[in-house]
Amino acid sequence: MPQMNMVQAINDALRVAMKKDDRIVVLGEDVGKVGGVFRVTAGLYDEFGDDRVIDTPLSEGGIVGAAIGMALYGMVPVPEIQFADFIWPAYDQIVSELAKYRYRSGGEYPCKMVIRTPVGGGIRGGHYHSQHPEAHFIHVAGLKVVCPSNPYDAKGMLLAALADPDPVLYFEPKRIYRAAKGDVPEGEYTVPLESASVAREGRDVTVIAYGAMLYEALDAAERAAQEGVDCEVIDLRTLWPVDIRAIEASVEKTGRLVVVHEAPRTCGFGAELVSLVVERVFFHLQAPPRRVTGFDTPFPYTLEMEYLPLSHRILPALLETARA
Amino acid sequence: MDSQPLTETHDEIVRVLRDDGTPDPAVDPGLSTEELRKLYSAMVRTRVIDERLVTLQRQGRIGFHIGSLGEEAAILGSAFALRERDWGFPCYREFGAALLRGLPLQRFIDNMFGNANDLVKGRQMPDHYTCRQARWGSISSPIGTQMSQAVGFAWAARLRKDDAVALVYFGDGSTSSNEFHVAMNFAGVFRTPTVFFCRNNGWAISVPVERQTASRTFAGKGIAYGVPGVRVDGNDVLAVIAVTRRAVERAARGEGATLIEALTYRVGGHSTSDDPNRYRDKKEVDPWLERDPIERFRRHLGRLGVWSESDEDTLRAEADRQVREAIAVAEKTAPPQLETLFEDVFADPPWHLVEQRAELLRGPRAPSAH
Ligand SMILES: Cc1ncc(C[n+]2csc(CCOP(=O)(O)OP(=O)(O)O)c2C)c(N)n1
Ligand SMILES: [Mg+2]
Repeated sequence: MPQMNMVQAINDALRVAMKKDDRIVVLGEDVGKVGGVFRVTAGLYDEFGDDRVIDTPLSEGGIVGAAIGMALYGMVPVPEIQFADFIWPAYDQIVSELAKYRYRSGGEYPCKMVIRTPVGGGIRGGHYHSQHPEAHFIHVAGLKVVCPSNPYDAKGMLLAALADPDPVLYFEPKRIYRAAKGDVPEGEYTVPLESASVAREGRDVTVIAYGAMLYEALDAAERAAQEGVDCEVIDLRTLWPVDIRAIEASVEKTGRLVVVHEAPRTCGFGAELVSLVVERVFFHLQAPPRRVTGFDTPFPYTLEMEYLPLSHRILPALLETARA
Repeated sequence: MDSQPLTETHDEIVRVLRDDGTPDPAVDPGLSTEELRKLYSAMVRTRVIDERLVTLQRQGRIGFHIGSLGEEAAILGSAFALRERDWGFPCYREFGAALLRGLPLQRFIDNMFGNANDLVKGRQMPDHYTCRQARWGSISSPIGTQMSQAVGFAWAARLRKDDAVALVYFGDGSTSSNEFHVAMNFAGVFRTPTVFFCRNNGWAISVPVERQTASRTFAGKGIAYGVPGVRVDGNDVLAVIAVTRRAVERAARGEGATLIEALTYRVGGHSTSDDPNRYRDKKEVDPWLERDPIERFRRHLGRLGVWSESDEDTLRAEADRQVREAIAVAEKTAPPQLETLFEDVFADPPWHLVEQRAELLRGPRAPSAH
């Protein structure tokens, strides 16, 4: 099996899908000749041509609006938003239109597409090249939101998203674009959406993470193990609709929960996860659930490593939760 | 130029420095020797700083730089044409203009390092400086957002009977953003004293202008909004000054906004993160090297007899020394204090930020800053 990093795995998924289904078109800023600023669409322009790998004018609203039109016609657009931080000019199209099309047309106009966009910090990007805005989309009825953490999942989940009947936001954790490597099967396979994976089994504390922070959670779990605390780390993979059974099963076993995410704490996805656990498995809980997250400030530049919920901040939360 | 009043849009490109090197007296803004020398020095200083910053980035001493190589005439000329009381709403490629308007060099270099003396307190990427004292805006990465703000700012000035004008910078790619159209429309409807300064440098990262518009010119986009457009040779600093001055005067007289399209070229990559050889032929760049705005202006000054080779040597040595000194100081300056992370979110931190600040200070430090 070939070894790939995340960039290569996503690129491979696009190539496999585009070969098989000529309704698929990639559109966005710099996705064509140069192959994307992170090189995720590299080579696709040469292989599939200008009609299927389309450099657009600089307008995210235009990109998503036009993609919606294409989807209504019956194509399968894969718009790229160069950084998730630049998705806001398209937010109206995503929230008012894309998310509601199926519903508001009584099911006559489903609107299927996969919006790809890099997310997350730790790359010296400051305010506008670092944000992790999942909560803004999970809150909107009608959108699926995914965030793979390794090349195998990245390819399998992108192929699953392309086969899904609904609009999917596909978040690519850019801090691990090249750092996360692994075996990736050739050709077609899917990793079903709505399935979390247990990245580390354990008995004492359930840790929920996704994207780049999964590795921080795993590192903290290893360090906690040296102090006698055995953590179970769940990689959500699909953020919404979340694999609620996987979370319940783990918390029923451990009775303790720590949620990790890069985005700010207030009204972050962690708030929903904690609420779900409190509502559904309250009587299994033996300690108050904890969130280890970005702070409620804009994403900083120089102090970004102090801002991010890295292993050094996760570890004390694990130990305190285990001992509470 | 007198045959070209700023009331309608023309396709011709305004030039002062003609092919034979002589200035066209009909358009020449008539700068004094002192002004010419000051302007030229600012252009050279911008280039010297650019070159140092690219080197620093290559050496890993700063994280990023977005340069102005080849665009110095458009950037410096437009800023030079502003009056003391006018305001600039920059995008990310105009540090030279900010320095000319009064951003202290040391503060700019502090921003490149994101240190404790950076006016934005190390919160933003390099080249995202700010300087209210220089009547210069705060820089945001999202394309286009500054345009309607410049309209509102200028509008407010007029409502308050202040004759200040706001000049807003943006690129050719930015004319595709939603914001461009919104801003132009508001400026047209409310006749705001705004100067829209479009640096048409041929590229938006890897996307050429033909992918931004099917219009013959960017200046022509003003027609639909009732905003006159003018095209200027963006590598001819005197022409840029002449055209921008007229737009500023027009705005100050209450006659509304102007859209200036400065034709220039992004000679370097988009930023230090970009390799233009992936998407453009080097041959495309060559003719623009010949039109280098600094060389062109220096030839003009030489002909006027107001600039000598020894002036050139002194200027470059001095500029290089100043930037190296600023870098040495900035590099030794500490990073911002941890608690600054929580300042300025609100005027006063509410309870949750007070708690989060305590949590950060009490907790373990990140293993390495970077
Ligand atoms: C809303 C938004 N989308 C995408 C980007 C990424 N981006 C940064 S600069 C740029 C190209 C801008 O081109 P142009 O307006 O011509 O200005 P130039 O860089 O050439 O000066 C792009 C696409 C962004 N900063 N903001
Ligand atoms: Mg440009």
